[in-house]
Amino acid sequence: MIRPHRTHALWYAFLLHRVSGIALALFLPLHFYMLSLALTDPAQLDGILVFTDLLIVKCAEFALVFLLAVHMFGGLRLMALEFLPWSPRQKTFAASAVALAFLISTSFFLQAM
Amino acid sequence: MLNLHLYMAQRLTALIMAPLTVGHLAVMIYAVQGGLSVAEILARTQGSLAWFLFYGSFVFAVSIHAAIGMRAIMFEWLGVKGTALSSISWGICLLLLVLGGRAVWAVTFAGAGA
Repeated sequence: MIRPHRTHALWYAFLLHRVSGIALALFLPLHFYMLSLALTDPAQLDGILVFTDLLIVKCAEFALVFLLAVHMFGGLRLMALEFLPWSPRQKTFAASAVALAFLISTSFFLQAM
Repeated sequence: MLNLHLYMAQRLTALIMAPLTVGHLAVMIYAVQGGLSVAEILARTQGSLAWFLFYGSFVFAVSIHAAIGMRAIMFEWLGVKGTALSSISWGICLLLLVLGGRAVWAVTFAGAGA
């Protein structure tokens, strides 16, 4: 049985914030390792960067940019919820966070194409 | 699981990272045009104190932020507690600090002047 609170839009906002956080935390070591190849093996890093021309890699980058942006906007919503006077428009803010993240990640994707 | 210090550190690092993330997103959208290469990345960042401070503070904040976030998730979803929880959290923080610090150094000052 689905628990009642898990049908609420803001529960999905919580879940998206958490899942995006996990994905970013798992991606960061790989991201850092690849950048440090600029020091240890620039040729290998250039070889890896060639793969960023592939459509599937561009799609993965789009997803990562979306996750970063939605985690930031979702986090700002959470901090506003905690530290600023209460506003009843939390669902609107959560939807705005997703919309802004989609706008930014789509801009990135279009520039990458 | 999260005491006041960890809770505040999580929020403070988030506040530090919000403008840095906006900057990082803008750089990504700008830099991805025409493809990426090591030469292009290094041309932008090498020898730059500003990029070193920008990404250095980003790495410092994200290492703390991610470790505390993962600590909360490990406790709530995986039931990890006590010493194991603290050890893994510190491990994540130190891993990100070392790898991130090395990456920032690699693209800013490591090869500068070479």
